[in-house]
Amino acid sequence: MATNTKIFCNCSNQFGSDPNTNVCPVCLGMPGVLPVMNEKIIEFTVKAGLALNCEIRERSIFARKNYFYPDLPKAYQITQFELPICENGYVDIELEDGTEKRIGVTRIHIEEDAGKLVHESDGSGVDLNRAGTPLMEIVSEPDIRSAEEAKAYVQKLRSIMKYVEVSDCNMEEGSMRCDVNLSLRPFGQDEFGTRAEIKNVNSFKSVERAAKYEEKRQAKLLDEGGTVVQETRLFNADTGVTASMRGKEDAHDYRYFPDPDLVPLVIEESFINNIRENMPELPDARMKRFISEYALPKYDANVLTAEKSYAEFFETALKTHNNPKGISNLIMSELMRHANEKQCGIDEAGISPENLAEIVKLLDAGTISGNISKKLFEEVISSGKKPSEIVEEKGMAQNSDAGELEAIVQQIIDTNPDETERFRAGDKKLQGFFMGQIMRASKGKANPGVVSQLLNKLIK
Amino acid sequence: MSILNKNIKELADGLASKEFSSAELTQFYLDRIEKYDDEVKAYNYVNENAINQAKAIDEKRSKGEDLPQFAGIPVALKDLLITKDMPTTCSSKFLEGFKPPYVGTAVSLLEESGFINLGKLSMDEFAMGSSNENAAFKQTRNPWDTEKVPGGSSGGSAAAVAAGLAPFTLGSDTGGSIRQPASLCGVVGMKPTYGRVSRFGLVAFASSLDQIGPLAKSAYDSAALLSVIGKHDAKDSTSANVEQKDYTKDLTGYVKGIKIGVPKEYFADGLSPDVKTAVDNAVKKYADLGCKLIDISLPHTDYALATYYILATAEASSNLGRYDGIRYGRRAEADNLRDLYFNSRTEGFGDEVKRRIMLGTYVLSAGYYDAYYIKAQKVRTLIKQDFVEAYKKVDAIICPTSPTTAFKAGAKTEDPIQMYLSDVYTLSLNLFGGCGLSVPCGFDSDGMPIGVQLMGNYFDEGLILNLAHAFEQATDFSRIPEKLKI
Repeated sequence: MATNTKIFCNCSNQFGSDPNTNVCPVCLGMPGVLPVMNEKIIEFTVKAGLALNCEIRERSIFARKNYFYPDLPKAYQITQFELPICENGYVDIELEDGTEKRIGVTRIHIEEDAGKLVHESDGSGVDLNRAGTPLMEIVSEPDIRSAEEAKAYVQKLRSIMKYVEVSDCNMEEGSMRCDVNLSLRPFGQDEFGTRAEIKNVNSFKSVERAAKYEEKRQAKLLDEGGTVVQETRLFNADTGVTASMRGKEDAHDYRYFPDPDLVPLVIEESFINNIRENMPELPDARMKRFISEYALPKYDANVLTAEKSYAEFFETALKTHNNPKGISNLIMSELMRHANEKQCGIDEAGISPENLAEIVKLLDAGTISGNISKKLFEEVISSGKKPSEIVEEKGMAQNSDAGELEAIVQQIIDTNPDETERFRAGDKKLQGFFMGQIMRASKGKANPGVVSQLLNKLIK
Repeated sequence: MSILNKNIKELADGLASKEFSSAELTQFYLDRIEKYDDEVKAYNYVNENAINQAKAIDEKRSKGEDLPQFAGIPVALKDLLITKDMPTTCSSKFLEGFKPPYVGTAVSLLEESGFINLGKLSMDEFAMGSSNENAAFKQTRNPWDTEKVPGGSSGGSAAAVAAGLAPFTLGSDTGGSIRQPASLCGVVGMKPTYGRVSRFGLVAFASSLDQIGPLAKSAYDSAALLSVIGKHDAKDSTSANVEQKDYTKDLTGYVKGIKIGVPKEYFADGLSPDVKTAVDNAVKKYADLGCKLIDISLPHTDYALATYYILATAEASSNLGRYDGIRYGRRAEADNLRDLYFNSRTEGFGDEVKRRIMLGTYVLSAGYYDAYYIKAQKVRTLIKQDFVEAYKKVDAIICPTSPTTAFKAGAKTEDPIQMYLSDVYTLSLNLFGGCGLSVPCGFDSDGMPIGVQLMGNYFDEGLILNLAHAFEQATDFSRIPEKLKI
């Protein structure tokens, strides 16, 4: 969760600090320390719960999950077992064929993260910066039926969590992780088969690949008359293969019991209502609004609302120039290509929404041509200047002066009598030839619409 | 008047009027520790800086600086209260030499009030025991008879007060660990209401039962110390948001009309005749003082011991997991991680601690959790309800603190159940969560002290302290053993 501080102490929750610098007696598990719940985390969890259509429990409790590992300072993790904060929610995902599917959310509970081990040639070290950082675990119902659905579900979750700003969902930094549970059953059977849990699935692509691999593995096993064993498997992103990590017989007995150091959490109705009233618009609602309010095609609306940053960029740009489809086109083509190449967010690609809108405005006004607009886009990104300034400086404005252009068109007609004859006889393919010649002669500045009209007028 | 007999107010007045300096007062106790502690074995660690800290306060006083209320008065602490610049060992080999990097809340409240810490007092390892025989370094003995135990687990805290090796001390009480040794050593020991004193910086034994409290020569000193440490603390989620108050103001000595319950279950089999006689006399004394004595019943008392040993050990098994040899404390030689854990804990923990970790691990295990832990939680609720019902009829409850007086060292070490029975009258109160204290009420035929227990409702410390105070005014059982009077 994107809180400033850890779940039970005031240490910074920042990623990437030097080992063991964001620590204190509490998160180091010193003798005599006690946990105190960070209220922000409750707010975030309720927000996430409301975004996933969950019921928010008035009274929830925290449990200790006991096990020994060097990255776990207290030898127990404070988590929720019985009575989690959020239950019985759902997420709607869109399938490949455009239909919607509802995936149930069993529960959302909060817990503290463990530290991490750093293995080096001369031994292993323990970095406890991450110990006590807040996590939210979202458990889905067994409603997902394919690897594609699994990927779509995880992507949708990420989108929603980023919308409500409870997490940056950065998978590289581990701020979003998934475990995939998968089982197979014969067609028509009601009961689920034995499931395997796959850990270390750390990207959307991995979700799909791990599920596909596991599906094949279990199918082969079952087809050959074998049985699937309940176990935890590890996904290897390099090989695309899952391998057994530990079986059910090696499963820990975590000896869960309510943590006596934390009193039951009671969330008041007014606290929930306050969050409900201040909930941001969520992707589905925004997508529908983009279609109705801006008359965008569903495809555009989907793309522009998948990430909160896209939608924000789009709507900010509209304030400068109200051409939704024109702005959508430029965002989805040039801007997303740029952001993709640079591996950055669209708001970090080097062009502001205002400047992007101005390019569309210049285009709509006929000041620049479509071709020039792409060039202008590059210029804005590389120089950071306003589009109108660049057009002025570099003389990018297109020529729409019929008088000036007529002379150029006439000259091209005169120097190409054969083509002129064929064009007049009805060979419309030559339109492109003439346009190209005229554009070259005008150094690309001729307004294609005006040129086209002149051509047809002069060759008739 | 000897310094030994002075109460906290007289010490504060003596310092303020420069009748004696803090350095003299501190040296007085350091000399006594030097002289008697080889025999009593109360101190795990004596603070080398105590005298310098006392001198610093004297200097401030001589300059006329504003000083906190108890500036320059010595105190000593059970060795599971987290202190800086000196070891906190819990009398365990696991934490031998361990110097924590922070200070606990109760200790820092004492520091803010100007107290000088004389040192850290021995205890049963990790507060598990009733005789101080489970201490890894110093097995404290009873100042009244050093062949005998002082009780436990705050045995060092009780013995230090009884022997005059500190004017008062802090201990901790999970199932009687303050009250039982107070009874066996002839001092006043109080367990405040759960949540009254912050547990931040108290090394946990059983988190839902542990509470820090004072041990002193009188109800007055106990009240004064509780007034300092009884403060809401945001660092402890179970700390009650109850106003800090001066409990000495409750000590009017006027107890007429107070209704005191006498629970029949606490006067049954297993109670030694001498203790019974002394407690019966205490009951009569309260009647003489004008209290109304009312027969009551706490019907689930028989289940308290079993309930306590399931819940306390369950919590302990989890609380003590952090002693794993990775970050602090003992780290044994090992070739792999499993052996590192195994060897460190094998070497670091004593038998009783291991026994309780195993018991606790067992009752939390899959398949046993419902039968033991959940069942015990339900019984705890019934025991709580016993008290809730009782306090609808009475203001306080009177009963013995411990079924016997101090026993010979070694007498019960081979029989854990007999040892556990030492706390049979005290642990119900921890399950309920209210406050209680033990106040001296007589001596047995061997001259060993006997204590009577007063149990109060939640946050009724003032009431039971006043009852104890009135009793002290009307009797004369608080004293220092003759041979230790210099």
